[in-house]
Amino acid sequence: MRLSAASLTWRAGGRAIVEDVSLEVRSGEFLALVGPNGSGKTTLIAMLAGLKRPHGGTVSLGDTPLSEMTRRAIARVLALVEQQAETGERLTARQAVELGRTPHRGALAPWSGRDEAIVREALDAVDMAPLAERIWHSLSGGERQRLHIARALAQEPRILILDEPTNHLDVEHQLGLLALVRRRGGTVLAALHDLNHAAMFADRVAVMQAGRLVALGTPAEVLTATLIASVFKVRASIETGSDRRPFIRYALPSLVAAGNPL
Amino acid sequence: MSRSGAQPARAAGLVAGALALLLAALIFGAAVGETRIPFDTVARTIANRLWAAGYAVDPIDAGIVWSYRLSRAVVASACGAALAVSGAVLQSLLRNPLADPYLLGISAGASSGAVAVAILGLGGGLLSLPLGALAGALLAFGLVSGLAVLAGRGPAAIILAGIAGSQLFNALTSFVVTKSATADEARSIMFWLLGNLSGVRWPDAGLAVPVALAGLAACVLHARALDAFAFGTASAAALGIPVRRVRAVLIGATALMTAVMVSIVGSIGFVGLVIPHAARLVVGVRHGALLPASALIGAVFMIAADVLSRVLIPGQVLPIGVMTALVGAPAFALILIHRPVVGGISAR
Repeated sequence: MRLSAASLTWRAGGRAIVEDVSLEVRSGEFLALVGPNGSGKTTLIAMLAGLKRPHGGTVSLGDTPLSEMTRRAIARVLALVEQQAETGERLTARQAVELGRTPHRGALAPWSGRDEAIVREALDAVDMAPLAERIWHSLSGGERQRLHIARALAQEPRILILDEPTNHLDVEHQLGLLALVRRRGGTVLAALHDLNHAAMFADRVAVMQAGRLVALGTPAEVLTATLIASVFKVRASIETGSDRRPFIRYALPSLVAAGNPL
Repeated sequence: MSRSGAQPARAAGLVAGALALLLAALIFGAAVGETRIPFDTVARTIANRLWAAGYAVDPIDAGIVWSYRLSRAVVASACGAALAVSGAVLQSLLRNPLADPYLLGISAGASSGAVAVAILGLGGGLLSLPLGALAGALLAFGLVSGLAVLAGRGPAAIILAGIAGSQLFNALTSFVVTKSATADEARSIMFWLLGNLSGVRWPDAGLAVPVALAGLAACVLHARALDAFAFGTASAAALGIPVRRVRAVLIGATALMTAVMVSIVGSIGFVGLVIPHAARLVVGVRHGALLPASALIGAVFMIAADVLSRVLIPGQVLPIGVMTALVGAPAFALILIHRPVVGGISAR
């Protein structure tokens, strides 16, 4: 399913956090959203997920504007993994994942065998089944993050939106998680910090800078030394692997900080 | 995520057990007092009244059981249930383990309303003290929620607005009491503020019980939505919960329940704060089980506190608010110390 944004704008304190961004997440693609801190990625994601109502522009799911859909109808199609959502409740790992079934259940519908199977599958997918009965607060940051992903998977979304999902994860689980999301198929929009992750896994990369979308295309088209220098203020050289995907090798940052842009 | 519904037989058994426990507590509450009345006399009196069973019972005993103690125990249970459920809902909704039903300025507003009627004579004798209290409670809640909306959304806004509203109305109450009240009036207001079941009769039960049941039903219908608030409002919204509507409905339901209870018995502290934490230890965090469990434990706890308040000092009835705090605070301390793992109560 297609998720599209038309000239989205969000302001806070008289300043535009996101300004006039139009973007289409195509059905079945993995679109990576990259940009420096404060470039508006999280705000853009919140609008695309229907959590923030844009001050200007519209978001559409297929051909229907999000503003015309109920929260529940949106949640059946689209799942969001936020950065570092925490709880004060004494939940078990499994209970945290079971929450993902919420949009698919009526107020009085009992827990079904299908719900159970989907939750088990989601726990398996993120390698957390052995820890399913552990209390949330006894788990590490990485384990909690994997459970957030599992909850989103249990939502059975056609579109998965992830806001920096690999924070807190070790290298094995960073790569494992992105590979899982990619392997699972469906439409994925992920804000990523690591440009090499975007290069390895994404079909297309969108680049945000100061609230605006400044580039959109395949990793090889977008992740160039020139763009990385101008957006991220880092000097880098790009190598191309046998899979034709770019690999970014960063230079020491002091060279740019010294006022010598390339 | 309430899976307890998956086993209807087990759920029915639990409900039957809960009702039996509640009934036992009511009979206990009606039997114990300055004059102890045998349990079978209590049971016969109830049977006579409910389905004209025609047992021979001493009419004085029957009068004490039916007109004084049982109505009182019924109101106590409704109050305990309503306050405990309100506390559980607000703690989850506002994601604050310290939230209690009085957080919304309700108790402070009720006391202002009560003194306005009792001391200033507002309403020209047409308003009774409970009606004044109810009006004050609803007015305070209206102001607090209005302020919270103006201050921005989110749990912090309503907590801060509640503090501001409570301080304002408490100051108004103190102002009126110190300026206008006689020593006797001040004492009786003080007694009322600490919670008092003495004057409670069946008409009060006729108000308290339906309000408690309706409030409990409204909250239980939103149990899954409350579960979804575990990771915050954004997460709840992402799980398909219409956050603003659910929050308005639930805060409105708890405010109405609390305002009615405060207007009948005064502000009884600690029940709404402590009982939900105790219930979580027993049944866990799923609201489908937590809310009914809070209601049951709150009801039984309040009946027990009322019995204690009547028998602890012979010939004198202690304010029930004193009892709930005297019993509740140490119990809360024990819960804090013995919590197996760091959890909801700790400030993370």
